[in-house]
Amino acid sequence: MQQGDGNLRVGVLGVQGSVKEHMDKLKLIKGIEAVEAKDRDTILTLDALIIPGGESTAIGKILVDFGLKDAILKLNERKVPIWGTCAGMILMAKHIVNDERIHLGIMDITVRRNAYGSQIDSFKTRLIIPAVSENEIEAVFIRAPYIESVGDGVRILAKYEGKIVAAQQDNLLATAFHPELTDDLSFYRYFLRLNS
Amino acid sequence: MNERYELNKNLAQMLKGGVIMDVTTPEQAIIAEKAGAVAVMALERVPADIRARGGVARMSDPKIIKEIKAAVSIPVMAKVRIGHFVEAQILEALGIDFIDESEVLTPADEMYHINKWDFKVPFVCGARNLGEALRRIGEGASMIRTKGEAGTGNVVEAVRHMRTINAEIKRLTTLREDELMAAAKELQAPYDLVKYVAQHGRLPVVNFAAGGIATPADAALMMQLGADGIFVGSGIFKSQNPEKMAAAIVKATTYFDRPEIIAEVSEGLGEAMASIDIRQLEEKDLYATRGW
Repeated sequence: MQQGDGNLRVGVLGVQGSVKEHMDKLKLIKGIEAVEAKDRDTILTLDALIIPGGESTAIGKILVDFGLKDAILKLNERKVPIWGTCAGMILMAKHIVNDERIHLGIMDITVRRNAYGSQIDSFKTRLIIPAVSENEIEAVFIRAPYIESVGDGVRILAKYEGKIVAAQQDNLLATAFHPELTDDLSFYRYFLRLNS
Repeated sequence: MNERYELNKNLAQMLKGGVIMDVTTPEQAIIAEKAGAVAVMALERVPADIRARGGVARMSDPKIIKEIKAAVSIPVMAKVRIGHFVEAQILEALGIDFIDESEVLTPADEMYHINKWDFKVPFVCGARNLGEALRRIGEGASMIRTKGEAGTGNVVEAVRHMRTINAEIKRLTTLREDELMAAAKELQAPYDLVKYVAQHGRLPVVNFAAGGIATPADAALMMQLGADGIFVGSGIFKSQNPEKMAAAIVKATTYFDRPEIIAEVSEGLGEAMASIDIRQLEEKDLYATRGW
């Protein structure tokens, strides 16, 4: 569903967290319209949605209280590409090892929250992710989760020290790290290709 | 810039658009998390009670901080006295996510703030104006908040500080490069940071509003004035209905630009915290003048 001038409408869920960082990255990409979305009507107009980093419990509560969850589930039914970074990945997961709260529950992955520890354990590294880029990609992990296991139909894109840190299931993309905090646009380009 | 500092500024970025709540018990921390707080500030007494009690206010008992840390999954912050780097060492040893070098506690050093570059954990510091904000960033703060006037339930000082900082930032962006050294002298701030602000039109770290925020409308006001997020101290657990007040302030912070939503969440919250007219406070009772 494309609107207006025919540009792809790519939304960033604007509840909380690294919203501006994602918006700034999207604005660097030609041929798309970047939209901050924090109400259900705006979400329903999107051709792709990014769920940013932040606090999953905080974002998850707003999703339910303001009917945004239903809107995102509708996007998923239409196979609209959805990409969650860090907290966004937790929100998308069907299973969370160390939390009873399941939020959107759309992606068949089992995640562990705060899997690396507290802030002192946050780190930056470089990953080689052949599906996404032939170059090394900078990956920033902030109080990050990782994926413990994936269901059938989920493709593992990247591992770091044996743990899954990026995965894809049809229209759904999840990264434990934050491409919005680096200068590398290759994950954005990969995500936008999911639309075609 | 070193990598650890970048990661620490990144954590602050993840808190943007959210509410950080003061809590004194694990039970309160759970209420805050359920209401949608992005982090909690663990302390023994909220600022309103520190004010009432008088005497020297210090870092909280590590036992309380550990219990609160165990109770929630969101980041946990805690306060140390201005200049008290050993209290900060203790918090770092406890694995706290963020340290607030806070004027709400009684300063331990009237001359020097903590050299925050010595630590791996991020710090947030209060500021009343741009010069103060940049001095703290120069010392290694990863996040700034307005000082406001904590424990008063009166938003006037937070408004003053936010407007001042933003007006001073705007002014810097209008200066020629050859005027920036004089501006640094005037602001009493590091030149490289003055230059950064002049070029980017913003602080190099996120800037939250704090000190006197007591209602959803207060939170939305600060967001509309350009705050990146909100600290609520006494405003939640000193109100008549903390659960409701906490959830309402979170919603008003997310939807700060939607008056119809702020109106809806402001309904039937009961009494806000007891409040103070700041003009009735004596100079010695002002927290914002602690630190420089």
